[in-house]
Amino acid sequence: MEFKTAVFYFLSAILVFASLRVITARNAVVAVLHLILAFFSAGGVWALLQAEFLAIGIVLIYVGAVMVLFLFVVMMLDINIDRLREKFWSYLPLGLIVGLVMLFELGAVLSANYLGVMESDAPQVPAGVSNTKALGRLIYTDFVYPFELASVVLLVAIVAAIAITYRGRKPTKSTDPAKQIRVQAKDRVRVLQMPSEKQD
Amino acid sequence: MDALLQYFSGMFGSAWPLVWSLAKIVAIVAPLMLAVAYLTFWERKVIGWMQVRIGPNRVGPWGLLQPIADGVKLLLKEIIIPTKSNTWIFLMAPGLAIAPALAAWAVIPFNDNLVLANIDASLLYVMAITSMGVYGIILSGWASNSKYAFLGGLRASAQMVSYEISMGFALITVLMVSNSLNFVDIVHAQQKGVFADAGLGFLSWNWLPLLPMFVVYLISGVAETNRAPFDLAEGESEIVAGFHAEYSGMAFALFFLAEYANMILISALVSIMFLGGWASPVGFLPDCTLWLFAKMSFILLLFLWFRATFPRYRYDQLMRLGWKVFIPVCLVWLTLIGVWMMSPWNIWK
Repeated sequence: MEFKTAVFYFLSAILVFASLRVITARNAVVAVLHLILAFFSAGGVWALLQAEFLAIGIVLIYVGAVMVLFLFVVMMLDINIDRLREKFWSYLPLGLIVGLVMLFELGAVLSANYLGVMESDAPQVPAGVSNTKALGRLIYTDFVYPFELASVVLLVAIVAAIAITYRGRKPTKSTDPAKQIRVQAKDRVRVLQMPSEKQD
Repeated sequence: MDALLQYFSGMFGSAWPLVWSLAKIVAIVAPLMLAVAYLTFWERKVIGWMQVRIGPNRVGPWGLLQPIADGVKLLLKEIIIPTKSNTWIFLMAPGLAIAPALAAWAVIPFNDNLVLANIDASLLYVMAITSMGVYGIILSGWASNSKYAFLGGLRASAQMVSYEISMGFALITVLMVSNSLNFVDIVHAQQKGVFADAGLGFLSWNWLPLLPMFVVYLISGVAETNRAPFDLAEGESEIVAGFHAEYSGMAFALFFLAEYANMILISALVSIMFLGGWASPVGFLPDCTLWLFAKMSFILLLFLWFRATFPRYRYDQLMRLGWKVFIPVCLVWLTLIGVWMMSPWNIWK
């Protein structure tokens, strides 16, 4: 077996195992950790296909940023597994339908060149050609409109997220030095004269 | 030297590439660990002098054996695992903290040829690997099952994600002007220019035309390594020791090593991307790896200086600095550099 093939099977085994653990782990944090592992192994598989920009991109964006925030939220959740299990049977039909559709889609993609995955037609990149540069050139020339459209959609999403969570400006606690200087003693302290009373 | 390599490659046969790579990794990591040990010593000395104290001076001549004594002490201490903690993740977290700090060194060049892996996208690789360092901190905070550690982990995750953005922007300007993602090419791009031709190389380095980015990157680097004045994740005065409150012995030492290895890494990145790497500052002196080490030492001194000088930030001020000051500055300067490069006054041709 070629060394590259061995690496591929190694990474894929980790990827499949981690993905299974994402849905079987009882602890939500453990599930998220396996999802991170799955993303990382997927990055490794892409690197094997000489798509170095995509490989580093998935590690940088998904593993390095998105999953950190995801973990942040999941760590603070207090999940009661038993309450989640209650509705298992009523949700089962819907779950099965979604699962079957996904299985069909995966089959349609894989059956086309399942046996040819390893000898796939990923072109051998000649030395001196940068994957990153080629991607960048394509994005900003041939695919500039879809790219701009995607960025506008993202911008709208950002604005929407802020609009939903924004609760208005908090009253400022800053002080006005001029006001503080003009303060007189009588504004702050009141001296009372009280006659002494006799205690019975 | 070549004859020696020939002899060894004959001895190991087909395993030679593996052995040779391992030897190179050891040649990077061993001095790095030594540098970490003596950086802690140097930190205590420098802060001592700044506060008119003497600093450690008991163990060995001038206290030089102090880091060794500290290391031995930490090795011999017991690792206590809290009863209600998640043992696996608790023990995995220190490893996750230190692994990225070491892995990033694979692509750091020390001169034109001296680099473990000279890959095209080394800048991206370093960004991707360093962004994983936060997991060690978050997971240690969660797995300890302690309120203080958890708060420290949460603070660290929000802080590191925020400052990564401004660091990324600063790096984008660097890659724009050097037209490459490769560290060796980035240094070569800084060795050219009007001033470099006149023998004043240090004025051609990226720090001058990209001055705001240099400052943003340096400060974000301090925040990214959780160093004072941004050490909210530890915050002794509020949350005991933050994310490593429950760690002892070697497990604690690994967090310590990771923090200092990250400091050295950031200083190497600043030196390579903004201070010309191994390039000599003046024309009549040759380029040499020693220049890189000198620049890294200066940046590390700045790290210690900041710690001795500034009080800790409040958390909202920290977030404000990251999101409302650095990111707008980055966006403006990014546009400016883009316009500058398209104008007739482009100096990076």
